[in-house]
Order: sequence, then structure tokens, then C-alpha cells
Amino acid sequence: MFRGMFARPENGKMYWKEFMHQCNDIGIGSLGIVTIISVFIGAVSTIQTAYQLVSPLLPKTIIAQIVRDTVILEFAPTLTCIVLAGVIGSKIASELGNMRVSEQIDALEIMGINTKAYLIAPKIVAGVLMIPLLIIISMTLGIWGGRLAGVAAGILSGETYDRGLLDGFKAYNVFFALAKSFVFAFIICSIPAFYGYYVKGGALEIGRSSTKAVVVSCVLLLIADYVLSALLL
Amino acid sequence: MIELKNIQKSFGDKPVIKDVSATMKAGQCNLIIGSSGSGKTVLMKCMVGLFEPDGGQVLYDGKDFFSLNLDEKKEIRKEIGMLFQGSALFDSQTVQQNVMFPLDMFTNDSHATKLKRANEVLDRVNLKDANKKFPAELSGGMKKRVALARAIVLNPKYLFCDEPNSGLDPLTSMVIDKLIQEITKEYNITTVVNTHDMNSLMEIGDYILYMHQGNKEWEGSNKEIIFSKNERLNEFIFASEFLKDAKEMRMLEETGKLPDEIREKPAE
Repeated sequence: MFRGMFARPENGKMYWKEFMHQCNDIGIGSLGIVTIISVFIGAVSTIQTAYQLVSPLLPKTIIAQIVRDTVILEFAPTLTCIVLAGVIGSKIASELGNMRVSEQIDALEIMGINTKAYLIAPKIVAGVLMIPLLIIISMTLGIWGGRLAGVAAGILSGETYDRGLLDGFKAYNVFFALAKSFVFAFIICSIPAFYGYYVKGGALEIGRSSTKAVVVSCVLLLIADYVLSALLL
Repeated sequence: MIELKNIQKSFGDKPVIKDVSATMKAGQCNLIIGSSGSGKTVLMKCMVGLFEPDGGQVLYDGKDFFSLNLDEKKEIRKEIGMLFQGSALFDSQTVQQNVMFPLDMFTNDSHATKLKRANEVLDRVNLKDANKKFPAELSGGMKKRVALARAIVLNPKYLFCDEPNSGLDPLTSMVIDKLIQEITKEYNITTVVNTHDMNSLMEIGDYILYMHQGNKEWEGSNKEIIFSKNERLNEFIFASEFLKDAKEMRMLEETGKLPDEIREKPAE
């Protein structure tokens, strides 16, 4: 599949248009769910961390530090990407599967269009570009959600939370999260594209391939998460 | 002109096309007929390059399609238009965008020029006031007409139609047949139609290739088919009493004699 994607475009403008369309679908289309997940994950993290830190000897700023690091290292990249694997993955698999079953891909092939390059490559490139941006937004909103919940529940003040965020901050953690998000983005877009593009049969098979694509993507995300953590941390 | 030379195609151990040869001329409607599973769709897919035959050649005006390199194949494909059984319109695009798609992809004309051309072909298939509609909002016949407009928008030399009448009422089927026939003559296109429709066969079949279990069983024109002595062909085409009567009437029209009086008319 990947070999066929690298070919000279028949018309650069049309490929660019398709790429921008995919950026909009993947990026803007997923912004709502990413916002909701991130804010609530941050909020719950703050409350649960405060619940477990019962020692009066520990400063409250440590709550913010734990929320910051868990959100940046794990929650924002991994959890968000698992949700995105469902949202974006099923969309890509079902869209391509429907195009295959209804002969739209054959129609493009007969016109002389390289369908792998025109249909799959823009999705993967757009995903690899937009998903890391979504992860950055997720990190920010997750940390902000934690602050919001901490202050609202009277666990700690805004100033204490902000001071905790700056204590022992490692920029490498952000780099690690972004490195993960690039790998995850590639998995989220390429696996469903494969299952969708090569689907055979009818509506039932489209549903099956879509489900399979999401399951395989999620498993691969978890394996990649472990491997990258072992290698980079 | 499209020439098929000894085309063979198998799926696993099962041969689907067995040594089929045929010549399909420009400016005429070339029909491939046969019962379900006879291999006509596979043959058409071999012709357009969606399947690669195991043996034989598909010649487009003398050029062997499968021995060409990728760029040369693309050049031939730009001269091919295809109308799919299910229309294969792009769901996310309007009628106008669907028809303009090949123009957007393969020409550098201005938007106004492309729009004008798209409107011309939509007018040609008698489809007006549907430009902004999406495929889901169209009837079966309208979808076929949009697909036909998209197939001819680049002025193809070769037009392939896979079961253009499937799922359509007899009147709409006739409209589609008429359109295909008119467009074929008007633009001198080599048209290949894969059909089950007996009305199409009799109305537009300038050349008919009858497939049976992957073999070429019979070939000829719609004028010759009624005089054919091929039992399988007669069983397939004139299956019902109504069609048998129609055959007799057509024979009477052509020769002034009833079938019993006609022993054998040599094929021209």
C-alpha cells in the first residue's frame, strides 16, 4: 500500500485540496471530543491525586506537578489517541470501504488516478500533521481542567497550582509526548486506511473492517506506547 | 477500435474467461451479453485494466494495454469513460462537482470553462436544475445520467457501460439506451455495454458478443441475432413466450416471412 502512495500527482492542486479537506476533517472535526476529554481528564486527575495525597507533610504544589506530568506523558497523547483511533480510524475505514464497495475507487482508477496516492496519502499526511497539534491542545486543556477542578473543589488555590506547574518542569517530557503523537498519528491513519481500501463485500464487511481497524489500531497504540516509553524515558 | 485477442482469466483454479477474442469498432454500440456468472463483467474489467488477464491482449487502436508502461496506460485511461452499474458517483460531491472532477484533475482550463463544459454534458444527458444536488438526493435514472455525463465530459474515445439499465424502469432504461446510442454515434466513440436487457440488445446492439461459461458462444448484430440457430443463445434471449412472439414479429418485419418459412438465413 505504501509503495503505491509515492507517485507523481496527476494534479497538484487537487491533491492539495484533498489534503486540506482531510486536515479540516481530522483536525477541526476532532477538536470537540478532544476538548471534552482533555478538560475532564485533567479535572479528574487533580481530584484523585488530592484524594490520595493525605500526608500533611507534602506540599499541595505536588498535586499540580503530578497532574502536569501524567497529562503530558500519558493522558494527552495516549488516551486522546485511543479515542481518536475510534473517531478518525472508523471514519477513514468506513469512507474508503464505502468507496471500494460502491466502485468509486474503481471509477478513479479508470480515470487514470493513482487512488493510493490520492485517497490514502493525504489522510496520513494530514493525520501526522494535525494529531500532534490536537495533542498539544489536549495537554494545555488537560492542565487547565486540572486547575479549574482544583480551585472549584477548594483543593488548592490557582496560585499554588501555577507554582506547582513550574516546579521541576522538564521540556523533554513534551518532546517525548510529541514523538509519541507522531507515531500514534501514523498508526491511527494508516491501519484504518489499509482495512478500508482493501475491503471486499458489502455493507456488513465495511462495518467489520471498520471495527477491526479500530481494534488493531488501539492494540498497536498500546504496544507503541510501551516500546517508546522503554526506549525514550 | 478495441480488439480482444485470446483473453484468459482465472481466479484460483477456476477459469472465468477462456480464450475470448473480439473486435469492437468505433461509432457502434458493442454489447456483451450472457447469463449471471458467464464472465462478462470480468471481461469488461480486463478490458479497462481493473483485472490483468492471465493471457491474451487488449488492443486500444493497436496498442496492447498491458504491455504499456504506467504513464502510457494513464494516457489511454484518460480516453476511457465508464458508467458503473451502481453509478459510482462521489457521495460527498454535488452533481456539478462530480461531473467537473475529471476536468479539475486533468485539465488546466479556467473554472468558467470547466463549468461551461460540465453544464454542456449535463444538458446533453437531459439533466437540468440538479447541479447543486448530492447523489443521495437523485433517483436511479438521474444518477445514471450524471455518471454518463461524468464519463463523457473529457470526450472519451472509449465508453464502457456496466449494466446501465439495472434497477431502472423500462422507460428510463430506454432513455439511457438512447443516450448511449446517440453519444456513441455523435462522438464516434467505441462503446462497450455489458447488459442483460433484451430491449437494449434489440435497440442498440450494433455488435453483440454472447458469453457462456467464460467462452465466446456467439457474435453478430441485432439484425442477425433473431436468425441465430445457436440453441443456448436462443434459450437465453428468447426465454419467455412474449419474447418468442417478439422474435417472430421482428422476423416477419425483416423478411416478410414467419420463422417456419425461414430455414436458414446466412449471416452477412
